[in-house]
Amino acid sequence: MKSFLKYSNLQLKIGLILLIIIFTIGFIFPLFRGSHADEWNSYPKYLKPGIEHIFGTNALGQDIFWLLAKSIRSSLIIGLIVAFFATIIGVFLGMLAGLQGGYVDRIISLVMDTFIVVPSLPILILIASLLKGQTSVLAMAAVLILFSWSWPARQVRSMALSLRERDFIDTACFSGESKLKILIKEFLPFILSWSAANFINTILSAIRMESTLAVIGMSNNSLATLGTMIYWALQYQAMLQGKWLWIGVPVIATIVIFGALFMTLSGAQKYNATKRGQLA
Amino acid sequence: MLKLSNVSARYNVFDYYVNVINNVSFTVNENEIFGIAGESGCGKSTLLKVMYDFIEYPFEITSGSVELESAGANGEINKYKNGEIRNRRWREISYVPQGAMHVLNPVTKIGAQFYDTVSRHNKSVNKKELNDRIVAYLKELELPPEVMKSYPHQLSGGMKQRVMIALATFQNPALMLADEPTTALDVVVQRGILGMLSRVQKRINNSIVIVSHDLGVHYQITDRMGIMYAGEMVEIGPTDELFTNPRHPYTKMLINALPRIGDISQKEGISGTPPSLRSPPPGCRFASRCMYASELCKKLPPCKYYISGTHQASCHLLKGLYPKLQPEEAIPRD
Amino acid sequence: MTEYLLNVENLSKSFQFGGIFMGSKIMAVDNVSLRLPKDNPCITSIVGESGSGKTTLARMILGLLDPTFGEISLDGRKLKGFGKKEFYRLVQPIFQNPFSTFSARNKVDTYLYETARNIAGCKSAALADEAVGRALDSVGLGLNQIKGKYPNQFSGGELQRISIARALIPSPKLIIADEPVAMVDASMRMNIVNLFKRLRDEYKVSFIYVTHDLSTAYYVSDYIATMYRGNVIEYGNAKLVLGNPAHPYTKLLLDSIPKVGQRWSKDVVLPDIESKEYASESCRFAPRCPHATEQCRQSMPGLAEIEENHLVLCYKYHTEKNCPSM
Repeated sequence: MKSFLKYSNLQLKIGLILLIIIFTIGFIFPLFRGSHADEWNSYPKYLKPGIEHIFGTNALGQDIFWLLAKSIRSSLIIGLIVAFFATIIGVFLGMLAGLQGGYVDRIISLVMDTFIVVPSLPILILIASLLKGQTSVLAMAAVLILFSWSWPARQVRSMALSLRERDFIDTACFSGESKLKILIKEFLPFILSWSAANFINTILSAIRMESTLAVIGMSNNSLATLGTMIYWALQYQAMLQGKWLWIGVPVIATIVIFGALFMTLSGAQKYNATKRGQLA
Repeated sequence: MLKLSNVSARYNVFDYYVNVINNVSFTVNENEIFGIAGESGCGKSTLLKVMYDFIEYPFEITSGSVELESAGANGEINKYKNGEIRNRRWREISYVPQGAMHVLNPVTKIGAQFYDTVSRHNKSVNKKELNDRIVAYLKELELPPEVMKSYPHQLSGGMKQRVMIALATFQNPALMLADEPTTALDVVVQRGILGMLSRVQKRINNSIVIVSHDLGVHYQITDRMGIMYAGEMVEIGPTDELFTNPRHPYTKMLINALPRIGDISQKEGISGTPPSLRSPPPGCRFASRCMYASELCKKLPPCKYYISGTHQASCHLLKGLYPKLQPEEAIPRD
Repeated sequence: MTEYLLNVENLSKSFQFGGIFMGSKIMAVDNVSLRLPKDNPCITSIVGESGSGKTTLARMILGLLDPTFGEISLDGRKLKGFGKKEFYRLVQPIFQNPFSTFSARNKVDTYLYETARNIAGCKSAALADEAVGRALDSVGLGLNQIKGKYPNQFSGGELQRISIARALIPSPKLIIADEPVAMVDASMRMNIVNLFKRLRDEYKVSFIYVTHDLSTAYYVSDYIATMYRGNVIEYGNAKLVLGNPAHPYTKLLLDSIPKVGQRWSKDVVLPDIESKEYASESCRFAPRCPHATEQCRQSMPGLAEIEENHLVLCYKYHTEKNCPSM
């Protein structure tokens, strides 16, 4: 802990504090009360903020604060699931393509490049409209994973291609290490550090894609996510009616999540550099 | 020319200091080639950085000074201290770093890179004339004119190094610092490059400082040499004298470790490793590997002794045999 | 031909740069033949400047690169016929850069133990410990010094010795060392080179020592092959070749070693841009050779045997009887 305090910088500290706040609101608070936060007409509509309802209630009779907590949780869960699976699939396919070479590489690269080049948003809109708003959280996540694995795969493939030429891979071969062992012991340590950064970026991109879809009405509107909160606020013209809290709160929450994750990431990089003595 | 007086420098790592250079004093005279020899980790490259005024946190000079003296255009003598020397780079002093061949931009042609560097110091000259001058200079150094249109990866290591030397000497600097100029190259190219350096020096009568761990290289082209060990200069003197009459045990062992053609007698390397510079030993830094070391050697650092007017060494064994060099005394010029 | 440990026959490797239409071809290794005797461990040096093809040759013998033409045989069997582990039991490498030989993120002893378990066949931890300890002993290091440490905690010389120890664990018959002392200090080089001599005598291992440093090559080798731009231009018993160098390039190499006690007298002609030299069909050294004739610039000479155990690739030495291919 002492060394952490010594080497850390302001960015990292702020980022971590914000992250802790967000996670507390998203995961710990709902344990107390938030399970029914998205049920319509739980409370009288359009109540002003007060002790009972910290941010007031909205046109659907939901308490905005508890709704926010549940939305944060859903959005984060979607983000984490997508990031987790997309990273695993991406890293695995990228390494396979880079190390095997030949036909395997060509086929994987073809699929990978297609997914990168084809614009994801229109396809997502298409899929969403076909499913006509019946999707669950998991289905949303699955669709988003489909579009998120190709970027890490590409990066990992180029890393694998360059690592393949290094001397220590030859040493590992001559030490009799099996191909799988070389993959895990020699390649993975280098790839993991990049993957960690990419993981966080994928969380952000998943939340962003989900929110975009929700705001334009292509997602399942009965789910409580940050995107759907904004959707309903827009539907009920919260801005025109001056219900700033309703529309403002999810937007600010999204911005805060993005900011916190970004600051944590860059703060962590600076922390590592300071620890290694590369920064004053 | 360039005078270092009692220079000590260290690296500031978070919790501790690494004392890389300890009380180094010597002078590089005009019109000579000065060699600095020593094993890796002894601080010779760092010493060059001090001479070139490459001092940036976490590296700092704790004591001593560096002074560069050069004759100005009107014959007046200009003196620059550390901190000011950096403004005279490429003009009075230039530097060829280790692995210089890797500092060339891989996606730009050599001609363009050359022009980029020298045009800043020749603002009044127009582009075509400057390029002609560059081609003529390269020809003088026996580099084919196709080099100007080539990319770095099309040239061999030796050629790239020659281009770097051409770049460093184009402005006729009074002092040129070369850090391991031929280490990655094979013997024939090494010979060619050292020959080129020697010719350039004779032509413009400047001074060159060459850092190398290969004593054979020093024998071939340097006039005077300094031997470094663990951040200290243990012996300085004319090259011939150092090879025929080495006085410091480390110099003696270095010379004995050189294999020579025709001589297949058993050679011995020097066992052991240099001391940690984080907490250097209180006495002579070579004591742990020295076969002549006594108790005194381990406790007290030796002072410098004059072997002759131009030859000095720091070793307790010389006490009584040679006069001491007092710290305040100026280092003699020859 | 089971009397040879290693038999390299007419080996060539070409690299294609650029596309099919506008590209150029470089013969990095051109028609090289080499033989190592079987029951007589010896150190063979392959000497040449950078770009001579010696590293490419070494990598082909190690199986890391496929030859374009020619055959490599170990103990009478073709290289392709070997299973991986079988091959690694016979041949082991030592690379030039000790810091990239081991992954910076793994402890150094992992590679030693892997070799012991997978190739030397040590079934238990105790046996592996013993094998690793023995190998480290023979290079002058102790297991306790090495255990649990990462590569950045060692010096170049120490890492190179650990690399040699790793190569020794399976008791190979042939070790191929690619510029093993190039990145090691001058004062450490003799230690490592002396180690090769001792290993040849005590462990009966043959070495192929690829280097551009003639002084260490002279000191340590039994046989020597000089390479220039992909050709082996002189080959034979080390004392004969270095005592009586025939090819002008070998003479130039010998002369260019910075000797203490003797200064260089004349200047040398340095090589031109590489792509030009590789493209020629003639003797590749002709542009720099003081003895070059028209014949040299037109076509490639054949190997001539000027005395027993001493072969040269040069028109100067061609007579009717010593060069039957002409």
